[in-house]
Amino acid sequence: MTESYAPPLLEVVGPTSGALLRRRIFTHKGLLIGLTLLAIVLLLALLAPLIAPHDPYAQDLTQRMIPPLWYEKGTWAHVLGTDNLGRDYLSRVIYGARISLLIGFAVMMISGLIGAALGLAAGYFGGRTDMVVTFFITIRLAMPVILVALAVVAMVGGSLWVVVLVLGLLKWDRFAVVMRAATQQVRSLDYVTAAAATGASTPRIIVGEVLPNVLPQLIVVASVEAASAILLEAALSFLGLGVQPPLPSWGLMIAEAKAYMFFSFWLIAIPGTALALLVLAINMVGDGIRDVSAPSGRG
Amino acid sequence: MAPLLSVSGLTVDLATPRGTLHAVRDISFDINAGETLCLVGESGCGKSMTALALMGLLPNSATRRARHLAFEGGDLANVTPRKLASLRGNRMAMIFQEPMTALNPAYTIGDQLIEVHRRHKGSTYAAARERAIELLEKVGITPAGERLGQFPHQLSGGLRQRVMIAMALMCGPTLLIADEPTTALDVTIQAQTLRLLIDIQRDLGVAILLITHDLGVVARVAQRVAVMYAGEIVESATAASLFRKPRHPYTRGLMASIPIPGRTPPGERLGSIPGIVPSLIGEVRGCAFRDRCAFAFAPCAETVPWRADNEHGWRCTLPEVPAEAAA
Amino acid sequence: MTTLLEARGVSRTFTVSRGMFAKKRLLHAVSDVNLHIAKGEVLGLVGESGSGKSTLAKMLLGLLPPTRGSIHLGGVDVAGMSRLDMARRIQPVFQDPYSSLNPRKRVVSIVSLPLAVQGIGSAEERREKAIAMLSRVGLARRHADLYPNELSGGQRQRVAIARALVVEPELVLLDEPTSALDVSVQSQILNLLLDLRGDLGLTYVFISHNLAVIEHIATRVAVMYLGRIVEQSERDALFRVPRHPYTRALLDSVLTPEPGLGVPDTGLGLAMPNPLDPPPGCVFHPRCSELGHRCRTELPRTVQDAGGLMACHLYDGGVARQHDCLSPLPACGERE
Repeated sequence: MTESYAPPLLEVVGPTSGALLRRRIFTHKGLLIGLTLLAIVLLLALLAPLIAPHDPYAQDLTQRMIPPLWYEKGTWAHVLGTDNLGRDYLSRVIYGARISLLIGFAVMMISGLIGAALGLAAGYFGGRTDMVVTFFITIRLAMPVILVALAVVAMVGGSLWVVVLVLGLLKWDRFAVVMRAATQQVRSLDYVTAAAATGASTPRIIVGEVLPNVLPQLIVVASVEAASAILLEAALSFLGLGVQPPLPSWGLMIAEAKAYMFFSFWLIAIPGTALALLVLAINMVGDGIRDVSAPSGRG
Repeated sequence: MAPLLSVSGLTVDLATPRGTLHAVRDISFDINAGETLCLVGESGCGKSMTALALMGLLPNSATRRARHLAFEGGDLANVTPRKLASLRGNRMAMIFQEPMTALNPAYTIGDQLIEVHRRHKGSTYAAARERAIELLEKVGITPAGERLGQFPHQLSGGLRQRVMIAMALMCGPTLLIADEPTTALDVTIQAQTLRLLIDIQRDLGVAILLITHDLGVVARVAQRVAVMYAGEIVESATAASLFRKPRHPYTRGLMASIPIPGRTPPGERLGSIPGIVPSLIGEVRGCAFRDRCAFAFAPCAETVPWRADNEHGWRCTLPEVPAEAAA
Repeated sequence: MTTLLEARGVSRTFTVSRGMFAKKRLLHAVSDVNLHIAKGEVLGLVGESGSGKSTLAKMLLGLLPPTRGSIHLGGVDVAGMSRLDMARRIQPVFQDPYSSLNPRKRVVSIVSLPLAVQGIGSAEERREKAIAMLSRVGLARRHADLYPNELSGGQRQRVAIARALVVEPELVLLDEPTSALDVSVQSQILNLLLDLRGDLGLTYVFISHNLAVIEHIATRVAVMYLGRIVEQSERDALFRVPRHPYTRALLDSVLTPEPGLGVPDTGLGLAMPNPLDPPPGCVFHPRCSELGHRCRTELPRTVQDAGGLMACHLYDGGVARQHDCLSPLPACGERE
């Protein structure tokens, strides 16, 4: 007869896993701030047609260069002012959020899928697979992203989808490297061997045992890459290689505002601030998820 | 003759996200010059924390208090960090459990041995090197000269542990704290390493505080023993007395759960202690063992008295526990 | 006595590369092992680091193919068997309770995985079976929905045992199942294993370096050194009259809790077994205290005699000496 488990009298009945997780999430300031910011941007992007006071493409040359509300000449009709073609800046910023989020998300998905798959395979199978994947990673690292984008745009012409494809097909390297290392670590643990011993197929082991345990690292890399993709698109658009006017990409808006930088500072500052806040929010969320999801170690 | 190390009322608290963990709760013991005291207990009993507390190597989240803490006649409790650093590695040295990680992989054995000596004794390189060779040979590593230039990864676990012992002895300490020094080693190497420790004690007259969970090691190596459970010392005696007549139910339970080849009938159930170690977070009152003890009754929830019978002491509400101890 | 699992002339080497251009070296993990495990017995496999016991365990589980030789389960070569069939009949329990359970899964999910893989029953039935098995190993129903990091080491090991037994295997391979546990918990788990063996009619292969535990639970014992089996006999015979010099040194090294006996000198020397560079002749000769001159050059044959299997020149009647003395040295005394 096996001993029955008698709960020790002195055991402090601690909170459950779920409760602890919720507590960790709600006390992590960075995560909360980041999530809030991100939620705001997301809402703006989703509800753009409903929130934006004007059509972002509507030009009105009689309303050119009106400064934002807090300046002397500001007006409530255009809260953030207008640009050199009389387009309402607030509306353009709101619609610009769509572009940034779309780029960030799409590039993260494409490069994430490619890189994670490669990294998982290299880490799990080792040997020749690892050698081949490492070889490809090395080659990819030798390529400068901006120059390649330049070449592609020169051949094909710049547009939203070109940017997404180029960045997505190029920026998988960090995913691959991190997932490879994480997978190698997990691979050597006994529970993977135990799963193999139950007769589980390789896909089942990778998805059921390995993936959930490398997910935190994957999420952190995903957030870094999403932020990086957004900034890269802004840079490409600034250079004229990315999204084409009149789309309200924040990077394009900065490019167009360059000429008026010293007289109408807000034209650059507003989209610049929006970019910075979005990237900050994504990074804070990524860090926060990593911090919060680390399992509490031994016992 | 005053004891070499005198500990009275040592308490260590750790701040954790779930609350304060009382890792070591008001323990007292002495070690005399040249003797071996074994601190024996299972994981979480506080024995490693005790060692770290003595050496001043506790993590930042820990607070240490003691009524009285003296080493070589001088106070150890309120000493400045600088003074403590000059004692560590010099007058009292520590060897750790994992030989893989206790030596710095980026430096040669020789570098690490010589550094200790030069730092504390201010010796010349040549003098320190000579001492290193002397000690390597003493721990049975020959040819010592060649080994000085090797890196830790080039040595096996057993040899690394010997190097650690040599390093601990470089400055001629009077107290050696060994935290589970043989737990990570193979059985045959374990025996060899313990023999080495015994020989060293005999030759150099160094006192040893040996921390272990293995009662076999205790029986063969210790002169005196302190059994720890849940942060307290529950029994303290000479090795002979402890094994002849263990008093505390936990000690008895432990002894009953170890199979002895040739004595324990094979295939039969071993004695065991039901339940698990209680959590030491938050208020801890009364006997920490009561929920696993077959003889617990109401007074065990209050303060438990310390009993003594000559040199043999233990903490229990019952003056005498019946012969059939373990559940 | 039906033979359940058999290893015939099994060897396993690994190639170790020290970088892209350095010469590759061969690691001889297991060399020429012959083992048979009969239904209902407990085979204790004893060895220290470098002995190859873990590699042998992986091969017995079918997770690693041997480089030479073959493994047979119920008379059938496992090389031809499907992974699922093998998994149904032989399951492992590992040493480290902290790394043998997926920290991201709940206990009930961990224990029901083998059933899910085998496609047994519906999800609800699997859950019930898992909970029943958990109760059998001494865990309460409420543990089923916890995560591993909410359990103690002993409790985790019980979960690992439940996972191994839920498909009702014939053979359980336990690789140091109690070595990472506290002493008081060790005895709980050992008692559990003994009970389960009786209740479920299980066969165990029990790997451990702890001879006291092996003596308590095994019925037959095989001693491994540097990839080879150096001695194999019934438990009582091995512990009462250990014959191979390594077995004797191992037994001498067991520190029983008996005060006043001190620490014995095993006479082993400091040379360490290195599977990358096994010595010529007998693999144990650099540390052997009974060295004869044949030992340096010639690999001993494995000889079957009344006491069991031995791989040592001193017990090889056909080679070492003229008479077939079976008593342990130095009582017999005669050496080359």
